[in-house]
Amino acid sequence: MPNLLPLVPAEAGTQLLALDSRFRGNERRIHSSMSDITAPIPSLADRVRSVAAGAAVVGVHFFGSTPVFVLGEQELLFAAEAAEKRVAVHEGGILASVSDGERIVTGGDDGRLVATDAQGAHEVIATDTKRRWIDQVALAPDGALAWSSGKTAQVLTKGRTGKGELRSFEAPSTVAGLCFAPKGFRLAVAHYNGATLWFPNAAGAVPQMFEWKGSHLGVTLSPDGKFLVTSMQESALHGWRIADGQHMRMTGYSARVRSLSWTADGNFLATSGSEQLILWPFDGKDGPMRRQPQMLAPSQARVVAVACHPKQPVVAAGYSDGSVVLVRLDDGALIAARLADGQPVTALAWNFNGQVLAFGTEAGEAGVLTL
Amino acid sequence: MTTPKTTPTPAKIPVTVLTGYLGAGKTTLLNRILSEPHGKKYAVIVNEFGEIGIDNELIVNADEEVFEMNNGCICCTVRGDLVRIIDGLMRRKGRFDAIIVETTGLADPAPVAQTFFMDEAVGAKTKLDAVVTVADALWLKDRLKDAPEAKNQIAFADVILLNKTDLVSGEDLSELEARIRGINPYARLHRTERANVALDEVLGRNAFDLDRILDLEPQFLQKDDHDHDHDHHNDHSHHGHGAHDHHHHGGLKHYHDEDMQSVSIKTDKPLNPDKFFPWVQDLVATEGKDILRCKGILSFKDDPERFVFQGVHMILDGDHQRAWKDGEKRESRAVFIGRKLPIEKIRQGFESCIA
Repeated sequence: MPNLLPLVPAEAGTQLLALDSRFRGNERRIHSSMSDITAPIPSLADRVRSVAAGAAVVGVHFFGSTPVFVLGEQELLFAAEAAEKRVAVHEGGILASVSDGERIVTGGDDGRLVATDAQGAHEVIATDTKRRWIDQVALAPDGALAWSSGKTAQVLTKGRTGKGELRSFEAPSTVAGLCFAPKGFRLAVAHYNGATLWFPNAAGAVPQMFEWKGSHLGVTLSPDGKFLVTSMQESALHGWRIADGQHMRMTGYSARVRSLSWTADGNFLATSGSEQLILWPFDGKDGPMRRQPQMLAPSQARVVAVACHPKQPVVAAGYSDGSVVLVRLDDGALIAARLADGQPVTALAWNFNGQVLAFGTEAGEAGVLTL
Repeated sequence: MTTPKTTPTPAKIPVTVLTGYLGAGKTTLLNRILSEPHGKKYAVIVNEFGEIGIDNELIVNADEEVFEMNNGCICCTVRGDLVRIIDGLMRRKGRFDAIIVETTGLADPAPVAQTFFMDEAVGAKTKLDAVVTVADALWLKDRLKDAPEAKNQIAFADVILLNKTDLVSGEDLSELEARIRGINPYARLHRTERANVALDEVLGRNAFDLDRILDLEPQFLQKDDHDHDHDHHNDHSHHGHGAHDHHHHGGLKHYHDEDMQSVSIKTDKPLNPDKFFPWVQDLVATEGKDILRCKGILSFKDDPERFVFQGVHMILDGDHQRAWKDGEKRESRAVFIGRKLPIEKIRQGFESCIA
């Protein structure tokens, strides 16, 4: 049947890497052999403790081994095995959340930034005076906090005594992603036409902008601090080697990449956005340049959430059909953690020692798997 | 993985785009939509806080941030802020029935529309319902001369409110309508005062739904009893000034707009799909910058089904719609609205696709 497809004109601009064609080639090959993976795989799904979240789950974090589900509206759901507790932290939708294990920081469409501790005690850290959405949040290793509304990114430094200091940065367009560098006090800010590294403590230091035309919707820095990677509107990742600004384009995805996670050893960046788990190698000085990604756990459904195990070479992948699998990177072996039910996985995380995996779906079903 | 349990696909949230030049009455219309007792809840994306007097927790302030996808193709401009805001709003789905996007007075509606075709996540959860343009009857004539944005908004519209009709004479109104028709003969046109139109004339239009492409007759040729909308139940009553546009065709002058035209082509001979698809794709690839909207109903040779398509600039969307009915005239028809259209080239190209 003839069908018209959206026409996308050929891409102009410099072709820096030839990753695309290889990636697409492999993708096709995997698709054609896809019948293999319908074979049953070992399953731990019957060991999952299910949690009725009752509303879309948009994130999950841990205090120790207690998972805390972030719901689409208002609440955090503390899901300890003994007792569940709901804590209302926003008057409206929750747009972003982040945690360092000591507190969960959330941004909402009520224009508030709220920090919640393990007991459920919460305080409003900041309020946008115009009630604009606070839709990006990030935590630094030292406990400093960053958030944004509109074009303004703000940082609250970690004060040794009492309150820290507030710094702010105006991006050229709305901030679409925030991430602190693993070392040193730098904040990566994603926006239109690139990403900027900002040094909140270095007064007078010029923010370093890394340019690439287009809309950059998420940002991450490699654990060794050498690479800056953004996810783009055009179903692609863009990367820069920070030392020399060398570009790398990672394309071939079937959808926008919404979930990024670094493996424990920092050697791979696991990503969603394709009908298999995509892992880009970042172990050498050139990162993924001129190299192919690993592609594991192919499915008819799309990977929509990824979470690397904090210690082992294992990645949890959540799919658009609701399934969650554990993928062993050495050999691609799979174990099912949740069976497909047609509801996209929207939250996926390990606790800090990697013994508990928690996940939630758009339909408000959540689960906890203790290994 | 395992076979998924079947879950019904949730209905997509309709999105109405509200455009209009500065001061035409967009905010008046928006306030009416939000305050009328229709029992529906709207999430509203506006570009300025404060103008709306209605208390609604789902009002989102947007900075219109247009960007070009694919490294600078002007026809693939998308509203990046909408992508983010709709992502955020969909976390609260269930709280609202529809979304209204109010653009600034100088905005081009195309990037808003293109966002719904170019972003897979937005397109999966929401659907473009219609572009509604509010025009100021007192100033439209001047704006059509000096403001290309105003002309764009008229050309792009599915529904046009010719507002503030109390400020001009009936004669001037007829002339304005003729000017509007010279640019866009296909939109539904309503004369209004203080944007007082029945809300089902602006909301729930399904103007971008391929299944709703029913006919492509210019609106002013249609008779009152020949209403082609079947999507609501009380549409056939004549409310206020809503139906006036049907009454004036008799003496309607024909205006030809120098910048913006529409071309309608048709044939009763079946088309060859192997010729048509490459032709139309090439046409929008080369002329898409100037083609604002296009639509078509096609009869392919040896094909028992109607094929329908629509497009915005370079983006095309099309599918088989339904079987041709017994006795239905198997005619292929396509309309293009655009700026300085190469009308002869389009006509000849279309005719070369006859099987």
